Amino acid sequence: MSARTLYDKLWDAHLVQKRDDGSALIYIDRHIIHEVTSPQAFEGLRLAGRKPWRADSILATPDHNVPTTLKERASGVSGIQDPVSLIQVKTLDDNCDEYGITEYKINDQRQGIVHVIGPESGASLPGMTIVCGDSHTATNGALGALAHGIGTSEVEHVMATQCLVAKKMKNMLIRVDGQLRPDVTSKDVVLAIIAKIGTAGGTGYAVEFGGDVFRNMSMEGRMTVCNMAIEAGARAGMVAVDQTTIDYVEGRPYAPKGENWEKAVQAWRDLKSDDGAHFDRVVEMRGEDIKPQVSWGTSPEMVVSIDDNVPDPEAEQDAVKRESMKRALQYMGLSAGQPMRSIQLDRVFIGSCTNSRIEDIRAAAAVVRGHRKADSVKEAIVVPGSGSVKAQAEREGLDKIFIEAGIEWREPGCSMCLAMNADKLGAGEHCASTSNRNFEGRQGYGGRTHLVSPAMAAAAAIAGHFVDVREITGGQAA
Amino acid sequence: MKSFTKITGIAAPMDRANVDTDMIIPKQFLKSIKRTGFGKNLFDELRYLDEGQPDQDCSGRPLNPEFPLNFPRYRNAKVLLARENFGCGSSREHAPWALDDYGFRCIIAPSFAEIFYNNCFKNGLLPIVLDADIVDRLFKEMYAQEGYELTIDLEAQTVKTPSGETFEFEIDEFRKHCLLNGLDDIGLTLEHEDAIKAYEAQRRQEAPWLFDGLR
Ligand code: SF4
Repeated sequence: MSARTLYDKLWDAHLVQKRDDGSALIYIDRHIIHEVTSPQAFEGLRLAGRKPWRADSILATPDHNVPTTLKERASGVSGIQDPVSLIQVKTLDDNCDEYGITEYKINDQRQGIVHVIGPESGASLPGMTIVCGDSHTATNGALGALAHGIGTSEVEHVMATQCLVAKKMKNMLIRVDGQLRPDVTSKDVVLAIIAKIGTAGGTGYAVEFGGDVFRNMSMEGRMTVCNMAIEAGARAGMVAVDQTTIDYVEGRPYAPKGENWEKAVQAWRDLKSDDGAHFDRVVEMRGEDIKPQVSWGTSPEMVVSIDDNVPDPEAEQDAVKRESMKRALQYMGLSAGQPMRSIQLDRVFIGSCTNSRIEDIRAAAAVVRGHRKADSVKEAIVVPGSGSVKAQAEREGLDKIFIEAGIEWREPGCSMCLAMNADKLGAGEHCASTSNRNFEGRQGYGGRTHLVSPAMAAAAAIAGHFVDVREITGGQAA
Repeated sequence: MKSFTKITGIAAPMDRANVDTDMIIPKQFLKSIKRTGFGKNLFDELRYLDEGQPDQDCSGRPLNPEFPLNFPRYRNAKVLLARENFGCGSSREHAPWALDDYGFRCIIAPSFAEIFYNNCFKNGLLPIVLDADIVDRLFKEMYAQEGYELTIDLEAQTVKTPSGETFEFEIDEFRKHCLLNGLDDIGLTLEHEDAIKAYEAQRRQEAPWLFDGLR
């Protein structure tokens, strides 16, 4: 057989049937569902008199609109104040109970953001096809899996048939070699990639992240990178399996055990692109060139490094881009040439499926330790990605570091990433956010989002404006 | 999806052009988590004299006595007669969901808005395009005769009036096939059930851990 990419291998292994029109039926190993995009799919199943093909392949959890304050969470589902959220969460519970689907309910310690709990529980494994009715499903690709987001009608389709109708994408390799500076994190790497290739750069491609930087990166870092593949336009992002992957998976609750573990590991070792495999597009970058990143605009490609100034639209040659830059500056209330450091923050959000895992919390805590939140910052919140992350952080005493610094420690959920619950920005407020989208209104009507890493967000909470992390930690990398 | 082969049912009028999806189902009802239950709010603003709220019991609401669907003679109607550009506006699938939930199986009009037309097929509703003058005749006959029933035969592609007169209509072959057999995307995929099972059987041999259910 000719040399194949990782994506080619995953595709071939899941091909059930090719169709004349170029589409194919792809088998889905794991399906993760949440309260917002699943209710109509269940309703559809019921109307058609169908049942899930493999109910035991589905993992459910409510995350998008669960409240994150202990006060509301203490009494479980019935404590949810917003009636619409309450109905959605209850509906998920009822549907899962009816069809015998495993669900981490709101007060289950394992509850959390869909893309955090999949890898954490071992429900997401290398070599799997993984789908979820949410565009950031690509996060799971860090395991060497083919993972992508789907719509509600596809959620129903996968539940009913265990398959997805798909067309094969093209292959792209994003290769970052060399060493990262000590203050540069996986989030900075992916923001720098998006700044380079643009938000449509990955459209139509399955992207593999390769090179020294990703080989040396932790699994959680790889998840942050794959999570934002969609922000570069790619439905799926992935990293080849290596020892780091296998060490991460071993011993997780749903990971294979005993003889199956040995067999699985043997199969997973082949989950990498063959030498000489063909990529339709290759992008190369050097790790040394990447600095801590901050977004200044309303698209994840509108990113500069912390030492830079807000760019000047007049310097942009392309007329369409120039116009969108001007609109973004107006929305963000910034002026061209203004140093990024001069942007004053009203709120800080550390959380979301991009950056709410234990390493992210540790990185933020390391910066915060021994400091206090700036008074000018109205609110800073840390929202762990799951109950397990929360418990781990508390065992390490990280919650106390935040609380002592005047930063709130919340219950797990999507929270201010999309502002479906009570955690929102007010109009005109600037927020240093570890989430993935800085679209207009994403974090609240009129809200102004700046995408950064957890360390940078923590540093901004303390300084009250953007700073290089090293200025807070006294030269130490976080 | 429900299949559609042949139906006979009372025809009811929606006698105005450019009926938009907001008119079919107003926005406040889109917060629902369901695809069903929209029937009671179909044409809500025309049908009732007060403003409807989601999750409201509609049985006690004041009905608009002028609105034809409230007339006893059109009770249990299955066919909706409509005018030009029916279903214009947003892409909300709630519009066909509401018509279907109310009990309509077929809509006859001189023209439809494109997205709405497509959405109908995904939900087992048959939109039929007939010439404007034929539609106009059907309207007149319906008004003149209480209990006016139309018979729609999808296989033959005909609409038959109580006097036995028939009109032919056009329909895309693939859509006809899907509707006749009640096939949606899921139905089509399930035609390959054997291939899926064969894949599973083989895969279970190679990678048994993929089939360890979540407990
Ligand atoms: S954290 Fe944000 S991006 Fe991630 S799943 Fe939740 S809403 Fe979507």
